[in-house]
Amino acid sequence: MIEYFLEQGSTYAASLDGVVNLIGVLVGFWFMASLGAFLFLIFRFRKKPNQKAQYVTGYEKHEARWVHWPHHLILVCDIFIVIGAVQVWVDIKQTLPEEPEAERVRIISQQWAWTFVHAGPDGKLDTADDIPMIDELHVEVNKPYIYELSSLDVLHDFSVPIFRLKQDSIPGRVITGWFEPTITGEYDIQCAEICGIGHGLMPGRIYIESSQKHAAWQAQQAPIALAATAQ
Amino acid sequence: MATAEVATHHDDTRHHDEGFVKKYLWSTDHKIICFQYMITGIAMALIGGFFAYAFRMQLAFPGMEVPLWGVVTPGDYNALVTNHGTIMIFWVAMPVLIAAFGNYLIPLMIGCDDMVFPKINRLSYQIFLLSALVLISSFFVEGGAFAGAWTAYPPLSSTAEYSLTPLGSSIWLIAVALEFIAFLLGGINFITTAMNSRAPGMKLYDVPVIVWFIVIASLLFMASVGPLVAGAIMLLFDQNLGTGFFDPTRGGDPVLWQHLFWFFGHPEVYVVLLPAIGISAEIITVFARKKLFAYRTVLNTAIATGVLSFTVWAHHQFVSGIDPRMAHVFTISTLLISVPIAEMVFVYIATLYGGSITLNTPMLWALAFIGEFLIGGVTGIFLGASGSDIYFHDTYFVLAHFHYTFFPIAIIGTFAGITYWWPKMTGKMMNDTLGKIHFWGTIIPFNFIFIPLFVLGLAGQHRRIYNYENFPDLALDWMFDLRIMATVALLVMIAFQVVFFVNVFVSLRNGKKAGNNPWKANTLEWVAPSPPGHGNFEELPTVYRGPYEYSHPDREEDYWPQNEPA
Ligand code: HEM
Ligand SMILES: [Cu+2]
Ligand SMILES: [Cu+2]
Repeated sequence: MIEYFLEQGSTYAASLDGVVNLIGVLVGFWFMASLGAFLFLIFRFRKKPNQKAQYVTGYEKHEARWVHWPHHLILVCDIFIVIGAVQVWVDIKQTLPEEPEAERVRIISQQWAWTFVHAGPDGKLDTADDIPMIDELHVEVNKPYIYELSSLDVLHDFSVPIFRLKQDSIPGRVITGWFEPTITGEYDIQCAEICGIGHGLMPGRIYIESSQKHAAWQAQQAPIALAATAQ
Repeated sequence: MATAEVATHHDDTRHHDEGFVKKYLWSTDHKIICFQYMITGIAMALIGGFFAYAFRMQLAFPGMEVPLWGVVTPGDYNALVTNHGTIMIFWVAMPVLIAAFGNYLIPLMIGCDDMVFPKINRLSYQIFLLSALVLISSFFVEGGAFAGAWTAYPPLSSTAEYSLTPLGSSIWLIAVALEFIAFLLGGINFITTAMNSRAPGMKLYDVPVIVWFIVIASLLFMASVGPLVAGAIMLLFDQNLGTGFFDPTRGGDPVLWQHLFWFFGHPEVYVVLLPAIGISAEIITVFARKKLFAYRTVLNTAIATGVLSFTVWAHHQFVSGIDPRMAHVFTISTLLISVPIAEMVFVYIATLYGGSITLNTPMLWALAFIGEFLIGGVTGIFLGASGSDIYFHDTYFVLAHFHYTFFPIAIIGTFAGITYWWPKMTGKMMNDTLGKIHFWGTIIPFNFIFIPLFVLGLAGQHRRIYNYENFPDLALDWMFDLRIMATVALLVMIAFQVVFFVNVFVSLRNGKKAGNNPWKANTLEWVAPSPPGHGNFEELPTVYRGPYEYSHPDREEDYWPQNEPA
């Protein structure tokens, strides 16, 4: 359902959309079935002159099964949903990519801006060529990233809808997570946790670039960053 | 013995001619207290609804000068959203559904003359009224009203330099705390009265579902509110005394508040749901002329839902920094709740089978409750499953989902209850045609408000953002069209509420006399005169059977009042 509105921009976007579709089909079925039965009964049993309603207690076996069977089936559906959801969850939130291939990026949120510290050409954080940027995150397509998310004041939330990624940042903690972009382009980063008056004015942008373009961007930024640290 | 008499049955305010103040403002009569809660709740609904109008105008037409408000600044927006949510849940759903209906219905439906502790009952309303005034006062203090969302997550809510509402935050918290005290006092009465004052012959399984549900809801409230009160005190200390319970720079943890809040907050949904769905049970059985399908199953599902509701709180925190492994536990417990809740809905649907259904105004509301609540219920699964919640958390999908549960509860359930018990409360009938116009004029726009918000949520629109023009991916033309649609639908819905007030007015002046039992219902409140006087019943009834004996084969009449000897 989501992919109809938004591209799938990360390696795990498709599997998340898959769970959403699975849930959509299952609850869609139950919704249509219940609503259908409900409307049918309302129209079928409208009051007619001189006709008394039936006396049904709901305790006879053959009556009760109309309620009990569906609820066992719902339990079965729930099991499928749990399995699907847990798989996606483990992939997105619990499994980090291997390190030399994955690059680290530091994300610092504060009222009301994002600071993204990029590793720079050497691919490592906390070195002289780090590139800090305000409200702009530049990444390379098809490359895994590990982010280190922190906050300087209140709760914020790093959300990139095309990645299907969302994670609160919490002052006092550094939360690590990951993503791997699969398409190029320029997209919204939203702060998804209310963070004060400027909450609606905290839009970040993510620039997903091909490796050449990304290298060109780095080359352009590196002198500025080096100059800044030299001072 | 003498003291018990004074406390419970012979409060002397009741037996003399009383002035206006004693009769309406200082009364201990459970019916008057119902009206006090009801009127205060409806007044607060108008305020909460007005806030919804103001911020929906801003969302559809950013930067516009909103009539009756002015330009909605980012600060205004946060304060409006915060207080809209707070008011609708704590000052509308709670007082109207639990307190007003609980007060009116419990003594009348179990066949006694008043609550066990009438003075505590009066005190509970007075504290509630005070809490409402305190909340409203926050709009007039320096810095303005609290703007940290109804969930009040610290450090935003705990630190004045972050929130910029130094006084508003504390006043909000004090108001909420007072409100909780009011409902704790109310709940004591509901539980003790229902357990101890039942009419002779009324066994536990003869008690109408709505009374059971209000008792279960009161128990849930009492069991869940403790941690939040503790949290509120800690937050108040953080705000004003410089402690750091929730402040990491002083050794605290902001996530702790979230656990305390949601440990209360999730059961709270069932606290307000149960009375509303109970109202629906009473109405559907009467207008389908049917016995409630499997009465005991209904009670069991309510108890199961209530117990399970204490095990799911952290599904609100999947992405807020809890240990990721915890998500599995809360996914499983959350999905388990779908089983009893679905069963409850199936029971209601099954009750219609073989009925003789009259679609008058109360019945339309009661049925619409089930239909709309179904949408709220099924969309909750997307949020209860950890994997998909990563995407949906804090989007408009969540917003649409919970309005599809809260709107049926707070608005549909209330109108169902009011239109159904109106003849008892006032002695007059309401006009059914006006009632139906009001019904359709509310239900149709309701869906046009919130279906677009599901779509916007799927497209990644987050909550609590005053202007989507700042986000290029969310500033597409079709998105503005949907926002305008939702806002226009809200204006239409607001306009149709006038019909309801006209109906109230016309009915009070010229309504047909109702008589004791205009719907031919079984439960005991219909035995009392309409409206019931002090002490409710001319003669306290004796109960011979359960509340839902409609269309019994041994009887010519299709109803069999609980108090009629065999
Ligand atoms: C009458 C029509 C209503 C409309 C048009 C409406 C609309 C909205 C909208 C658009 C928001 C979110 C604003 C944002 O996040 O930017 C919101 C928030 C909320 N609404 Fe409503 N609402 C209505 C009725 C209700 C009712 C009846 C309840 C509950 C009984 C309710 C409870 C809430 C809550 C708890 C929030 C969240 C507040 C927060 O985030 O702090 N609303 N409403
Ligand atoms: Cu933020
Ligand atoms: Cu919940």
